[in-house]
Amino acid sequence: MPDLTLQINGQNKKVNVAEGTSLLWVLREHLGLTGAKYSCGVGQCGSCTVHVNGNPVKSCTVAAEGVADGQAITTIEGLSKDGTHPLQEAWINAQVPQCGYCQSGQIMQAAALLDKNPSPSRDEIIQHMNGNLCRCGTYLRILKAIQMVAGNKSLTTVNGK
Amino acid sequence: MKNISSQHTPTLSRRKFIKTTGGFAFLIGATGILPQIISCKSAKEIDPGILKQLTAWVHLSSNGQVTIYNPAAEMGQGSMTSLPVIFSEEMDADWDKVKVEFSPQEKEVYGSPGWDGKTKIMMTVGSRTTRSYFTLMRQAGAQARYVLLHSVSQHWQVPISELTTEPGVVVHAASDRKVNYGDIVSFLQTPESIPEIPEEQLKNPQNFRLIGKEMPRWDIPSKTDGSAQFAMDIRLPDMLYATIERGNLHGAKPTLKNEAAIRAMEGVIGVVTLDYGIGVIANTLERALAVKKQLDIEWGGAQTSGFNSQEAFSNYEKVLNGTEKGRELTNTGDFKKARQAAAKTYTASFRNDYVYHAQMEPLNAIVQLAADGKSAEVWVGSQSGPNDKEAVAEALGLEPSQVKVHLQYLGGGFGRRSAPDAAGEAAMLAKTVAPRPVKLIWTREDDLQYGMYRPMSLQRLTACTDGAGNVTGFSHLVAGDGANLLTSGIGIDYYDIPNQYAEVRVVPHGVRIKHWRAVGHGPNKFAIESFIDEIATGEGGDPVEFRRKLMKNSPRALATLDKAAEMAKWGTPLPEGRARGVAFIERSGTLTTGICEISLDPNTGKIKVHHFWSASDAGIIVQPDNVRAQIEGGIVMGIGSVLSEQITIVDGKVQQSNFHDYHIARMEDTPETIETALIDSQETPQGVGESGTPLVACAIANAFAALTGKRLRHLPFTGERVLEVLG
Ligand code: FES
Ligand code: FES
Repeated sequence: MPDLTLQINGQNKKVNVAEGTSLLWVLREHLGLTGAKYSCGVGQCGSCTVHVNGNPVKSCTVAAEGVADGQAITTIEGLSKDGTHPLQEAWINAQVPQCGYCQSGQIMQAAALLDKNPSPSRDEIIQHMNGNLCRCGTYLRILKAIQMVAGNKSLTTVNGK
Repeated sequence: MKNISSQHTPTLSRRKFIKTTGGFAFLIGATGILPQIISCKSAKEIDPGILKQLTAWVHLSSNGQVTIYNPAAEMGQGSMTSLPVIFSEEMDADWDKVKVEFSPQEKEVYGSPGWDGKTKIMMTVGSRTTRSYFTLMRQAGAQARYVLLHSVSQHWQVPISELTTEPGVVVHAASDRKVNYGDIVSFLQTPESIPEIPEEQLKNPQNFRLIGKEMPRWDIPSKTDGSAQFAMDIRLPDMLYATIERGNLHGAKPTLKNEAAIRAMEGVIGVVTLDYGIGVIANTLERALAVKKQLDIEWGGAQTSGFNSQEAFSNYEKVLNGTEKGRELTNTGDFKKARQAAAKTYTASFRNDYVYHAQMEPLNAIVQLAADGKSAEVWVGSQSGPNDKEAVAEALGLEPSQVKVHLQYLGGGFGRRSAPDAAGEAAMLAKTVAPRPVKLIWTREDDLQYGMYRPMSLQRLTACTDGAGNVTGFSHLVAGDGANLLTSGIGIDYYDIPNQYAEVRVVPHGVRIKHWRAVGHGPNKFAIESFIDEIATGEGGDPVEFRRKLMKNSPRALATLDKAAEMAKWGTPLPEGRARGVAFIERSGTLTTGICEISLDPNTGKIKVHHFWSASDAGIIVQPDNVRAQIEGGIVMGIGSVLSEQITIVDGKVQQSNFHDYHIARMEDTPETIETALIDSQETPQGVGESGTPLVACAIANAFAALTGKRLRHLPFTGERVLEVLG
């Protein structure tokens, strides 16, 4: 198979992978962008969520060749330069993560919502986030963090470290 | 912070320290002075200062950075913050300059006393992290402070008793001098021996400035930008990928029918036959996964052959009806006599299906065996690094001391990850391709179908009352698989019931079973607290009032009940179609009352939890917000497990395979509010990580009974089962 060119976080990356290889494996194992996580591999959990042209996509379910050639892929590593996207700050403020494994996917899913709908209702948030599983049960804090940003409340970061 | 007196007793020699004390191992050079740098850190990290190891627990850099070792796994419960906070409190470190790393996985040095109180273990299980390390970390922190005070006392030639500390600074008030911790590095002198710091010389809890304060978690920023590293994220030069096809029948032996064809496939580096599976090693992960699907395996039989989980309950019935006694767990007073004298007798049975851990990070491990075969390294997210070390050593024919464990963050543990199976397997595969490292990944399907489940059980409860509303006897019989996994939480000594009896009868099936968050408490508290409600109703009492009476000799338990009842406005009217249910549990020393408010969709049988209130007494709280987060998360996990999680087995084969048919709680299942109260206490800290989860089954079942008058007796309460109960 010929080299693929993927546009990830604003940079072009060349990879050579077998046809049908999922975007998730390309990101994680070929390019070392390990923020998107593998958990179910079949589009059932959202841990692997990234953006393709601004839309949330479960990267375990799309083949890399399907998103090559100029489609804009954004991963958690590229969501902000230094971890200061309003949602990332709200996540710290609300002390959302526990084990943290699902959280890149949660934040990417939430960011895609706020891009389209800056002030979603509680029900809209739940509907949009319902496919992202969190075994640690952090949902209420995820909701709170999204509402903090949606409500445009001023954020004081309690970033200890 | 107060002075340390210069006469500490008893004093132990350095050698004894390494051997004997839990809190401390002091690694010093032969001269008694620390070598300049005892650390494997890269020069970059050391820059700009010189780094010195103060004690086995802490490194100090001349720029003031304090690096503290966390001896526990971080699986979401917050150990990466709580233990270093406790240490920093006594060391009087400036928290802004603290950095945290996992300690080496050496249980002799970094372990805490195990259940026997003597042997040291490093196991992040049973909510024991804060409980078992609280005093140990305080003493270790105080000892690190002592080394600093000693150095300054030598350097300034002043008595140690005249020195005090402020965060990050040693102070000599008499001469009005101060020195930052970082500046001590240049003249650090370690004493020949370091005294044990007796508890009365530790800080007075009233003066805590870190413990009990709202401290943001140390690990959280890295969990918002994708930089937190899990074993799943490890990539090493020359690394190969492996998967294992395991039989759906636990323990079945494989015969690979197409080995030659598999070996000839593109990218395949090796094929390894294990007792219970076939491993494939390939040059990429996608190849390893693709080839796994091509394996043509004939499976042998196993103990699980023919086993049907839903039929097991009738067998449990027979076992409980039989005369063969099992293991007695409680026998106080005389239950039989109480029963003969009873005015009224109650009896009820409760059942629970298998549940699966479903930690979001499937099992995985990376192992590299050195070219000379004499050492190995393993990268793993484990609840017990030393267990993994032993498993890898055994697989490779090495001594544990020849294996180095690089502990990583865990993408959830919940009890699954104290078993070192993934690391042991990765070692068996890596052995065949040494010195290339092998990353073994369990797919979600592997993780689920070859899981280790919380066992099924049948519980039969009998109680008797005296006609005046007093419970005089209580008997609890359990039948199921996995002795110790069935027994936790069966004790109810906080209830004033004079005659109590409990017994477990074991029925093995060969299905892999394991501790699952709160272990036996889930099923046992479901049965006990449902039953207490039934008795309350039978005696014409309100469930809260009835428990109040039972708890009259347990004031701490009672305080949680009162608090939760107040929060939930127990007894006030609710809108039509809503009802509340209450439950009390003790888990890992923490006492908690939970109350929920539910509604029911009569067409689908779906139960919705709208609100959850809990009040806990967990002793001294190290990180209040994190404790609340643990209880919230535990309740949400509990809701999933109680309403929809179910592993069923037909002819030995697990019927579920991934999240489409194993339903954990989603955002829509989360209550609108979860309120958690923590009761003020100066008692020793207790375990909280598991205390939310086992509240849920009983609170929901009791609310359901209040709403419908019917009892739910079989976990999970799926829509189908609910409709069946409603008739
Ligand atoms: S790993 Fe992609 S949705 Fe679960
Ligand atoms: S934080 Fe652990 S799975 Fe979400």
